[in-house]
Amino acid sequence: MTFSILLLVIAVLFVIAYVSGARRARSLVTPGVTLNSLPGHYGSLVALWTCLPPLLLMLCWGVLETPVIDRLLAAQLPAEVQAEGGNRISLALSKVRNLAGGANVQADPELAPVVLHLKDLQSRNSMLSTTLVLALALAGFGFGLRRLAPALRARNEVESIVKVLLFCSSGVAVLTTVGILSSVLYEAWMFFGRVPVFDFLFGTTWSPQVALRADQSGSSGSFGAVPLFAGTLMISMIAMFIAVPIGLMSAIYLSEYATPRVRSYAKPALEVLAGIPTVVYGFFAALTVAPILKSLGADIGLEVSSESALAAGLVMGVMIIPFVSSLSDDVINAVPQALRDGSYGLGATQSETIRQVVIPAALPGIVGAVMLAVSRAIGETMIVAMAAGLAANLTANPLDSVTTVTVQIVTLLVGDQEFDSSKTLAAFALGLVLFLVTLILNYVALKVVQKYREQYD
Amino acid sequence: MSIIENHQTDGEPFCDSPKLKARGVGVFYGDKQAIFDVSLDIGANEVIALIGPSGCGKSTFLRCLNRMNDTIDICRITGEILLDDEDIYAPKIDVVPLRARVGMVFQKPNPFPKTIFDNVAYGPRIHGLVNHRHELEEIVEQSLRRAGLWSEVKDRLDAPGTGLSGGQQQRLCIARTIAVDPEVILMDEPCSALDPIATARIEELIDELRDNYTIAIVTHSMQQAARVSQRTAYFHLGQLIEVNPTDLVFTKPQHALTEAYITGRFG
Ligand SMILES: Nc1ncnc2c1ncn2[C@@H]1O[C@H](COP(=O)(O)OP(=O)(O)O)[C@@H](O)[C@H]1O
Ligand SMILES: [Mg+2]
Repeated sequence: MTFSILLLVIAVLFVIAYVSGARRARSLVTPGVTLNSLPGHYGSLVALWTCLPPLLLMLCWGVLETPVIDRLLAAQLPAEVQAEGGNRISLALSKVRNLAGGANVQADPELAPVVLHLKDLQSRNSMLSTTLVLALALAGFGFGLRRLAPALRARNEVESIVKVLLFCSSGVAVLTTVGILSSVLYEAWMFFGRVPVFDFLFGTTWSPQVALRADQSGSSGSFGAVPLFAGTLMISMIAMFIAVPIGLMSAIYLSEYATPRVRSYAKPALEVLAGIPTVVYGFFAALTVAPILKSLGADIGLEVSSESALAAGLVMGVMIIPFVSSLSDDVINAVPQALRDGSYGLGATQSETIRQVVIPAALPGIVGAVMLAVSRAIGETMIVAMAAGLAANLTANPLDSVTTVTVQIVTLLVGDQEFDSSKTLAAFALGLVLFLVTLILNYVALKVVQKYREQYD
Repeated sequence: MSIIENHQTDGEPFCDSPKLKARGVGVFYGDKQAIFDVSLDIGANEVIALIGPSGCGKSTFLRCLNRMNDTIDICRITGEILLDDEDIYAPKIDVVPLRARVGMVFQKPNPFPKTIFDNVAYGPRIHGLVNHRHELEEIVEQSLRRAGLWSEVKDRLDAPGTGLSGGQQQRLCIARTIAVDPEVILMDEPCSALDPIATARIEELIDELRDNYTIAIVTHSMQQAARVSQRTAYFHLGQLIEVNPTDLVFTKPQHALTEAYITGRFG
C-alpha cells in the first residue's frame, strides 16, 4: 500500500471513529445518567485516539527508515568499499538505490546481491509499516471506544490534545526560524574566521573575487562592505522619499476625504500596485525609467549612468507606496471619531482637524508603518539588481550606479561555487547584517505600533 | 407606544428672552426620520435639560444646534434654527464661527493626544484669537480656572491631557470649550462616564457657568436634571412631548408619557 492510500484509509477511519464514538456516547445516556460532555466531544476523542498514534508512528518511521536501511546495506557492501569508508560508502549506496529503483545506471556485478537485498528490505519494510500502522489505528479505535463512559471528561481531554497540536504547529514555525538563523550565524562565523569583522564592517573596497587555485595570480578578494551599506542606504532613502509623502497623502485622502464610492475603487487600485511582481518593476526601472532619466540628464547637462541609484530608488518608492498607504489608512481609521468630533465641535475645519488632531493621534502608527516599509526597501533585491547595477561604487551621487547588500548576496551565490570559499561565506555575513537590521527595525516598529494601540483601547 | 399624530408640545416651549429658537425642526437619517417637528426656545443664561428614553433623538436634536450633524453624510435637516434671530442653516452662515459660538461637550471625555496646555489652547489657536504667547497663557489659565481644574493641573500643563482621570478629562474638555468664549454650550450626557464625585463636581460647575453661558444638557439622570436645570424638555420617539419649568415637570408632569418616564415605567 502506498503512503497516500494509507493516509486515505486513516482519514476514513477518522470519520468512522468520530461517528461511532458519538453514537456510542449517546447510547450511554439512560434516565438518571447524563454525559459529562457533548456526544461530539466523545466522537472527537475516539477519532483522535484512532488517528494520532498511527500518524506519529508514520512520522517516526519516515524519519528513521533511510538511516536504518543504509546501515543494514552498508554491512553488505564489498569489503574494499567498506574499508574506504565515508564518501565511498554513500556513493555506492546511492548507486544501489538507483539500480533498485530501475534507473538507467550501468549495472555493477559486485553490487548485484546488495541490490537484491535492498529490494527485499523495501518490500518487507512497506509490509511491516502498513501492518503496524493499521494495527495501531484499530487498537486506538478499540481503546478509545472502551474508555467511553458518562463520567469521562471528554471535552477537557479533546481540548488539551488540540492545545498540544496547536503548540506543535507554532513550534514548527519557531524551529524553522531558529534553524535558519543558526545556519546563517554559523557560516558568518566561519567567514569572520577568514576576514576580520572590522575589515568587513568598515572596509571601503568590495571586490569579492578570490583565487580558486593556489597558483592563480592576483585577486586575493577584498570584503569591505561599506559601499554596499552606503548603496542600500541611498536607494532606500530615495525610495522612502517617494513612498512616504505620496503614501501618507493618499491614505489621508482615502480615509478622510474620499466618498465611499471613490474609496471602493481607489483602494483596490492602489493595492494592485502591491501585487505586481518585483521583477516587473525591475525591468520597468531598467528599460523605461533609467533611459528617461539618462536623456533628461543629458538635456540639462548632467551625466547620468545608465544604471543609476535614482532609477532604482524611484521605482522602489512606487512599489512601496501601497504598503505605506494601506497601513497608514488603517491607523488613521482607528483614530476615534470622538476626537474628530471634539475638534469640529470647537469650530476647526476638516484640514485643521486632520493636521492637528488626526495625524498627531495616528503618528506612532504611521511611524510604525514607515519603519516596516523601510525594512521592506532594504530587503528588496530585484529592482536594484536590474536597475542600479552591480558595481560596488562608494559614492554619494544618486546618478551613479551603486549596488546593495541583497544584490551582492545574489551575485555571490549564482553560478558554481565552492561551499567553503570566502566568497560564498561572505553572502552569509551580509545576510546576517541584513537580518539584524530588519529585525531591529521590525521590533521597533512593532513596539511603536503597540504603544499606539494601548493609547485608545 | 407609537408616534402621536400632529402632537402639540405641552407646557411652555417658548420663553421671553430666547438665545436659540428651533422652529419645526425635523431630522432625517437617510429615509428614517429621527426628529419630528420640534419647536423649542432656549433662553439666555438658562440651563435646559433634555430628557427622554434612549434613542428618542436627544443627541440628534442637540447636534443640530451647532450643525455637528453636518459631519454625518446621510443626515438631513428641515425647519429652522435661529441663534440670536439668525438662521444658522442659512447658506451664508459658516460653520466655523458658528461652532465657536455654540460649543459642545461630549458624552465620553475626548481630550486630544496633546498636552493639557495645548488642549485648551487648541481653539484659540485655530480661531486666531491671540497674538502673543502671554495672551494665550492667560486664556488657558482663565478657562482652566472656570472649569475648576486649574489648581489640579497648574504644575503639569505640559503633561498629556489623556493622562488625567475621567472627571478631570471631562473638565478639561469643558475648559477647552470655554477657551473659545462661546455663547452657548451644548452638553451630551457629560457625566455618564464619570463616578458620582466627579459628577457632583461637574454639576457644580454647570451651575457656575450659567452666569455667563446658555447651556443645553442631555442627561439620563433625572436627579441631575432636577439639580442643574431651570427648564426641562421631555422627548419621546423623536417628538417633543412636554416642556416646563423643571420643578413642575418632576412634581406635576402634564403629559401621561412624561409621567410614565419620570416615575420609571420606561427608560
Ligand atoms: N449616525 C446615525 N445614522 C443613522 N441613524 C442614527 C444616527 N445617529 C442616530 N441615529 C438614529 O436616530 C435616532 C435618535 O438617536 P439619538 O439622537 O442618538 O438618541 P438619544 O441620544 O436620545 O439616545 C435613533 O433611532 C438612532 O438609531
Ligand atoms: Mg445620545
